[in-house]
Amino acid sequence: MNSNKPEDSVAIDVQSVTKIFKGETEVLALDDVSVQVRENEFFTLLGPSGCGKTTLLRLIAGFEHPTDGRIKLHGSDISLLPPNKRPVNTVFQNYALFPHMTVAGNIEFGLEMMGQAKAERSATVDRMLALVQMEELKNRRITEISGGQQQRVALARALAPHPKVLLLDEPLSALDLKLRKEMQIELKRLQHETGITFVFVTHDQEEALTMSDRVAVMSAGKILQVGSPRDIYDHPTDRFVANFIGESNFLNAELTKVSKGKGMIKLASGAELDASLPSDAPAVGPVSILIRPEHSQLTKRSSKAPLSGSIDNIVYFGTDTHFHITLETSEAFTVRTQNKPGFEGAFQIGDQVSLTIEPDAVQVLKD
Amino acid sequence: MSIASLLQRPFSVKRIPGFATIAIITFFCLYAPVIILVAYSFNAGTSLAIWEGFSLVWYQQAIANEAVQAAGLRSLALASIAATIATVAATMAGLATTRKRPFKGQTAVYTLINQPLMVPEIVTAVALLIFFAIIKVATGYQGMGYLIVAHTAFCIPFAYLPIRARLQGMDLSLERAAADLYATPWLTFKRITLPIMAPGIMAGFMLAFVISLDDVVISEFVKTPGQETLPTYMLGQLRRVVTPEVNAISSVLLAISILFVALFFFLNSRRS
Ligand SMILES: Nc1ncnc2c1ncn2[C@@H]1O[C@H](COP(=O)(O)OP(=O)(O)OP(=O)(O)O)[C@@H](O)[C@H]1O
Ligand SMILES: [Mg+2]
Repeated sequence: MNSNKPEDSVAIDVQSVTKIFKGETEVLALDDVSVQVRENEFFTLLGPSGCGKTTLLRLIAGFEHPTDGRIKLHGSDISLLPPNKRPVNTVFQNYALFPHMTVAGNIEFGLEMMGQAKAERSATVDRMLALVQMEELKNRRITEISGGQQQRVALARALAPHPKVLLLDEPLSALDLKLRKEMQIELKRLQHETGITFVFVTHDQEEALTMSDRVAVMSAGKILQVGSPRDIYDHPTDRFVANFIGESNFLNAELTKVSKGKGMIKLASGAELDASLPSDAPAVGPVSILIRPEHSQLTKRSSKAPLSGSIDNIVYFGTDTHFHITLETSEAFTVRTQNKPGFEGAFQIGDQVSLTIEPDAVQVLKD
Repeated sequence: MSIASLLQRPFSVKRIPGFATIAIITFFCLYAPVIILVAYSFNAGTSLAIWEGFSLVWYQQAIANEAVQAAGLRSLALASIAATIATVAATMAGLATTRKRPFKGQTAVYTLINQPLMVPEIVTAVALLIFFAIIKVATGYQGMGYLIVAHTAFCIPFAYLPIRARLQGMDLSLERAAADLYATPWLTFKRITLPIMAPGIMAGFMLAFVISLDDVVISEFVKTPGQETLPTYMLGQLRRVVTPEVNAISSVLLAISILFVALFFFLNSRRS
């Protein structure tokens, strides 16, 4: 959008933020979190329930203040500003629409509070209604529209003041599957059209992968890995991240060589393979490696193959088939093969098989 | 009907034998005396028990009675002032107890606010009598202040109940959303919190008003001579000659109460 700005100029800079909730027992909700959200990107916080996603979002919005650390917005420290002084808007998980106002009244509220003139306000409201395709329902009461429509009003209300950053806390979780898919596309379109930085919270990994420019995976108050969806899926550097996103095979191996960010590992069979390394590369020695189930192929038994074993179980999934294999090292391994006509019956339960591993499929984990 | 289908049906109190009979007797006991009271307020004769024809004479007499006028006006003024102050206090208490996350000692605060509902009224009345006697001796003040303070105090929990119920049904994130949309705390209160809680405030006020208007025990103990409210005036009359004038005054009080209670239910049931 802004061609005069560098691609990755930072919108939100979270610097070593810790949040402790003091109550009957102290809860460490965020543990020394640092992360940067770039301007105009669709940034997603992904993690299981209770990992601190909402807390981080609320610290950015100003509903909570950090126990330690700082949050900067376009370079200026906003850690201590109240929410009404931050050029940031939120789409709440339960929408939080004002029940005593109409659709238009809700969208207009923020503009009025900013001190916009009436004429300008109504023009913006109409533009927002058009943006979310809700023109006909302009004068309806909030209690008289459906959940999906409320979702759109909440979006329009938060976008109307044209914030620097839009925060969205699981905005799609209350919608049914079909509406949810529609809104995913709609959200991407809105982000593209408005050029506003989106920080999106979800615990749905598919949603995170399909919508985001970058994803931060969180667990227990920490950010474990930040990267593009492809990075996170193909090269998770952490056992938790690998498990949380997609399915994983973990194997023990030995790291034999490290050079220029690339490594070489040796499997129990003696086969040596190239491997990707996490950013803070481990030392040469025993490591855990990850191979995704679809990055491996079944072949006839061969003594030269990197992995061999026997088929325990075959599960048919329509588009693909899962082969559960016990390797010669007694480790479990799953191979996922896309189904093709006529492929069925090539392998049976109990068959002795070997596996080939595709190039660039091996990822060394941190732990 | 088979046993299986009986077992499957949810328990219903309606199927207890004699349910209808008990219900009818209960309603009869509740309303028959009131209906008779209202009916005899239209009696042409002086008897409370012998019907002598329809007339509005007791209403006319009550309205013309200067003591009734004075007591009636005093009651209305007292109820208005006490209910207003109690509603303001209850609104603030409601905001303080619901508009943030649960805090330590919250239950204790609820109990303190609602305690007047549990204490026997006669105990409160005696306590106030003694307390105010001390102040009267110390200051010499004899005015309406004592009645206003006493009524305000026992009206607060009644005003608090519907206000708190309304506020508890109001999502905390609404105020966050307003703040997020650049509203200052004052504008958030004025534009979001207050309009949404307004039906609760109205309901609280009306409940407090009716409770104050009806009160006899505490008023009787706290009033200084000459400060009759309508209920204490009626009590005084009952000790002397009883004429259907008392019925007429009661009927008017009843009509006011029914009006307010009806409004209260209407406002409380309206969900925005
Ligand atoms: N106001 C609070 N007081 C005390 N503890 C809190 C508070 N808010 C959150 N927590 C705790 O902080 C941790 C993180 O909560 P948070 O709401 O950020 O999780 P989340 O990742 O958004 O989870 P979910 O996916 O379930 O919404 C949890 O253990 C939670 O119990
Ligand atoms: Mg959450």
